[in-house]
Amino acid sequence: MATYIARSKQVAARMLGGEMMIMSPRDTTLFNLNDVGSVIWESADGQTPLDDIIERLCVEFDVAPEVARQDAETFIHELAEHGIMHVSDQPITAEPPRQESK
Amino acid sequence: MTLTATHELAIDIGGMPILVRTDSAEFAALLEDRYGSFINRADRPGGLSRFSLDIDLIPPRTILEDEDVSVRLEAGRWIITRGDFRAEFDPRTGHGWVRQSPNPYSIDGVLRILHSLFLAREGGFLVHAASAVRNGRAFLFAGVSGAGKTTLSRLAPPDAEVLTDEISYVRPAVTEPRPSGSGYVAFGTPFAGELARIGANLRAPLAALYLLVQGSENRIEPVDPNEAARAVLRNILFFAHDEELVGEVFKSVVDFVARVPVRRLLFTPDARVWELIV
Repeated sequence: MATYIARSKQVAARMLGGEMMIMSPRDTTLFNLNDVGSVIWESADGQTPLDDIIERLCVEFDVAPEVARQDAETFIHELAEHGIMHVSDQPITAEPPRQESK
Repeated sequence: MTLTATHELAIDIGGMPILVRTDSAEFAALLEDRYGSFINRADRPGGLSRFSLDIDLIPPRTILEDEDVSVRLEAGRWIITRGDFRAEFDPRTGHGWVRQSPNPYSIDGVLRILHSLFLAREGGFLVHAASAVRNGRAFLFAGVSGAGKTTLSRLAPPDAEVLTDEISYVRPAVTEPRPSGSGYVAFGTPFAGELARIGANLRAPLAALYLLVQGSENRIEPVDPNEAARAVLRNILFFAHDEELVGEVFKSVVDFVARVPVRRLLFTPDARVWELIV
């Protein structure tokens, strides 16, 4: 089954010193994205399957598919926990309903 | 029927005067005393002030000092509460009111919060920092309580004007006739810390922001842009539970760090540290 990821539209993001810095306005957590994270972030359009994004990572950063997948899934899981990345087994066309933070 | 005179004072901080109205001559006098040179005597109703506040004075009562400030948007109006006051402000009309006892601390809190909201919409912010003007340029010294903001302010040489020892006021310089190289301007504020003295009512192009660290020598160190952004964000004053505005403040700080030199200032508590601030 394919997996799709989408950036939250609620997130504030800015490039600074060559790195993407993003903040979850919900809990003001800050993230600095490295090169790999930036590619995942930019590719998270809700339409591109995660497998295609991982393939791009393998080519751009010369890493093995299993390493790229593990890194990507860890990264996506962390962002998803803060509500700033959405994950679905269907293409994501709209911002999913908000889950209240605990 | 009793006719009560209304007293009006424009408290002009950061170039954004707020016209404050009260029926109490005593409270008006207290405000005059508290805000000193920040009272804009040229301003009158329908004049410079885009914003106004009516003060509804209530008798002093027991205050729950630990009660946190709450700032939230309801039906387009800011509802601002703390143990010692309740205020509402409508950003569409620029008008609001404050219910408080006759003391200077409550209105001070309301003003800080309102200015933080005004600034969030235009790329500026309030930050826990001392600031001073020297040679026509402003310098900020940011740090938490105990970092040395008041100490550095006390050590300021005669040719440096202290803008504040506690809360600095930063705005983009878009409306300035002669923008600084950094594109930002620092304003004096009446928001004092341990110095217990209002700042000079001045503005100047912002030259640099220093992160204060007390050490065994006076030295300036470079700071990585991401570390700078995180450090400035930690010192920002922002109270509103509003995700859109929180995001705006984040962008403002990152834009600020991209343009204004941010350095670490290690210093010993003696006046020679000011030899580095030129």
